Amino acid sequence: MPEREVPILPARTFLLVWATLLGLTAATVAIAKGRLFADYSVLGSLGIASLKAGLVLAFFMHLKYESRLLRGLALLAVLTLLTILAGTFTDVWYR
Amino acid sequence: MQQPIGAEPEAQTGTAGAKLGMWLFLFTELLFFGGMFLLYAVYRGRYAAGFHAAAAEENTAVGAWNTALLLTSSLTMALAVAALRGGRTRSSLLAQGATMLMGLGFLAVKYTEWTAKIGLGLYPDSPVLLKRSHGEVLFFGLYYVMTGVHGLHVLIGICLIAVTFVLTARGAITAERFGLLENTGLFWHFVDVVWIYLFPLFYLVT
Repeated sequence: MPEREVPILPARTFLLVWATLLGLTAATVAIAKGRLFADYSVLGSLGIASLKAGLVLAFFMHLKYESRLLRGLALLAVLTLLTILAGTFTDVWYR
Repeated sequence: MQQPIGAEPEAQTGTAGAKLGMWLFLFTELLFFGGMFLLYAVYRGRYAAGFHAAAAEENTAVGAWNTALLLTSSLTMALAVAALRGGRTRSSLLAQGATMLMGLGFLAVKYTEWTAKIGLGLYPDSPVLLKRSHGEVLFFGLYYVMTGVHGLHVLIGICLIAVTFVLTARGAITAERFGLLENTGLFWHFVDVVWIYLFPLFYLVT
């Protein structure tokens, strides 16, 4: 059975993603240093980190172009981790 | 579907089976690092002041530089795979080499960071550290373990790329058989993703 070939992404795509990643890094440092979002800085930092991780996963790791099986398994792994986190925190917060 | 006798579907491209295997391994790594992030999260909630005080020892600029280094190394790794698949072996070798160099640069910076902290007497179970608050003790314990294990993964990644470099140069990894390089790339990008989360949690604690 012929295998589905993951397309070769052009260098331009990788460079754009990389530039965005660097920009997001600068943004997250700026937010941390500034006092504008003090209360939300942890959430903000994690949010930006997740955006960056998403970009690496989607483009550098080709997940955007992979099979539904692979994408489904990746989602399952992330959901498993989130479930463990959520379960732990419902315990820790409400003891 | 009938396969002609003697056909080797696995030899055609990067094998789907090997790629799936690498992804499954990365999922276990996700849970592995995730467990440590969970520890961090719980203790940070409990000892917010201590974490804040301890994080003052971190140099944000150095951390940001290391982040940029790893992000760029992911770029060169992705370019290395693309170049190889496009038949540009020399470019791929250059990109693989650049990735390794940046990985080594990351480790060198980490080395200086650790040396500085240890020089200040801030290491697990040190008398200097034990005089500090419990939150700070926990922060540094987590710092050394998490950045240490991550650093070990960076080192492993560099060794893997060294292997793919040699195999690419020898013509064992080609545009038709690039699975090993692609999977090594997956590992390397994952190590980058872990650092993407480590950076704000240890360097940007406000």
